[in-house]
Amino acid sequence: MSELLLSILRIGFLIALWWFVLTVVSVLRRDLQAPRDAKPLTPARSSKRPSPRPTLRARKTSTQLVIVEGALTGTSVPLGSSPIIIGRAPDATIVLDDDFVSTHHARLTPNGNHWIVEDLGSTNGTWIDRTRVSTPTVFRPGTQLRIGRTSMELSS
Amino acid sequence: MSETLNRYRVSTRRSAELALLVGAWLIGVFAWILVDSATGETSLGGWTSLLSAGVLLLVTHGVVRWQAPYADPLLLPSVAALNMLGLAMIHRLDIAAEQRAISNGSPMPTPDVYLQLTWMLVGLVAFMLVLSFVGDHRRLQRFTYTAGFAGIALLFLPLLPFIGSEVNGARLWINFLGFTFQPGELAKVALTIFFAGFLVTRRHSLALVHNKILGVGVPRAKDVGPLLLVWFAALLVLILERDLGTSLLLFGLFIVMLYVATGRRSWVLIGGSLLTVGGAVAYQAFGHVRVRFDVWLDPFADANGTGFQIVQSLYGFANGGIFGTGWGQGYPQLVPFAKTDFITSALGEELGLMGLIAILLLFAIVVERGARAAVATRDPFGNLLAIGLTTVIGLQTFIVIGGVTRLVPLTGLTTPFLSYGGSSLVANYIIIALLIRISNAARAPEVTDAELVLRPAGDEND
Repeated sequence: MSELLLSILRIGFLIALWWFVLTVVSVLRRDLQAPRDAKPLTPARSSKRPSPRPTLRARKTSTQLVIVEGALTGTSVPLGSSPIIIGRAPDATIVLDDDFVSTHHARLTPNGNHWIVEDLGSTNGTWIDRTRVSTPTVFRPGTQLRIGRTSMELSS
Repeated sequence: MSETLNRYRVSTRRSAELALLVGAWLIGVFAWILVDSATGETSLGGWTSLLSAGVLLLVTHGVVRWQAPYADPLLLPSVAALNMLGLAMIHRLDIAAEQRAISNGSPMPTPDVYLQLTWMLVGLVAFMLVLSFVGDHRRLQRFTYTAGFAGIALLFLPLLPFIGSEVNGARLWINFLGFTFQPGELAKVALTIFFAGFLVTRRHSLALVHNKILGVGVPRAKDVGPLLLVWFAALLVLILERDLGTSLLLFGLFIVMLYVATGRRSWVLIGGSLLTVGGAVAYQAFGHVRVRFDVWLDPFADANGTGFQIVQSLYGFANGGIFGTGWGQGYPQLVPFAKTDFITSALGEELGLMGLIAILLLFAIVVERGARAAVATRDPFGNLLAIGLTTVIGLQTFIVIGGVTRLVPLTGLTTPFLSYGGSSLVANYIIIALLIRISNAARAPEVTDAELVLRPAGDEND
């Protein structure tokens, strides 16, 4: 085969190899830019989460749980109509990576227009303002729910 | 409900994976054609192997689609491209060996590429089996101590009489039913599972700080035990099996995982000083370590003796220059062990700096995707396992390519996915399978969460 053709093929192969690498990189870039909805709650991501459509009931009751203190400060969690488990376990709805939080620490359950807080036998307790939750207690907007190092509030 | 699913349909990028996989295969085919045309090789055996490699990759893609639909789309194509490039280079070195046999009049050597292709088949089958049987990576945590014992057993298996065998001064292989296998390669997967399971339960106590020295928090003395134990095991590997590479890889892996688990820099410092002490002792005590070091510092002191390999490798890189000599047109066969430890130097010569950087980028992409899976996983065991597996590939690549390019002292290790060597290929495909499994868990939309968040409150009939 002629020298010229070999040189062209030599460079051609490098171009092909780089084209492949750059295509991989471009997929990688697109992947990084795509909004991730399926991720653990971090302040940056959860803000991209569309808030639920307001409905008749949702307007009356609180629709968001806002974290006001702790590692996830600024995060807001949209509230639906299903109970929410807060704890350190990966299967909890809100995962708090905090040594003072038990695996399944507390449960928030909707009841009519209210949210009820229950402690699930945690080691360090669940607190609403300065009272420890021992029986299911109504969590009202304007009060603070404290679990470990994290505090959260309801907001509409 | 249907609206929920539509709005939350996460792009899985499986088609991107398929397209890239085809691209990776085509790169390999292109390389193969160039090798054959430059060397005048006309046998058709290569084509059936190329086709079977392609079919294998397609089947693997199908299994990923079926078993891990949300998995990272870039891991498999990247390693497939590396594997295909490795196959082409081994084929090219086979031809060089044949030509030399012809000119010497010696008997024809058996080509290695078909054996490597068989190992690729075994590796991909292992990949598919791991992906199918490990449905949830968190289940591996149950096997923490089993994996630990298995890892240690595999690591020291070559020391047993009869089945263990020594090649080129290192006792790393076992002979089993006519096959030789390097159990240390599988040991690193088992040990990564063990380290992850062990550290995930101990990380809080290991992160405790005793007091501060020079502004760095120092852990409690009783917590240093595990690190010392791993250090001792790594030294044993070095002394008994004379395997510098695996020893370094194991210890480095443990330090990285310890650092990630605890977030304490003091562990890195303690590990670094232990490494220095171990290195200094080994340098004084063992001739083979001393030779490696001296050759690293000045390979040209004995360019025809101990420094021959690294000097030939450096000449190879120089001959390749920026754009390389082209497939089949350099002299990579002049470097001893060009198919295994020094395949980077062969690729560097024929593809040049441009080709080598592209290859290094592929490794970097694999490491980035692995680290990304580690960050995105929600469970701490998955985090540690993914970062550990990623570290194995990244560190091994760094140690061997750094050695070949004389950045660090040369230690015998295979280049992941490129080198000739079955055990390494199989072990690395298992690592990728586990990373794909973890990335699938990290990227899958959480149905319960999505429902919880999205379902309009009025839908519930209460």
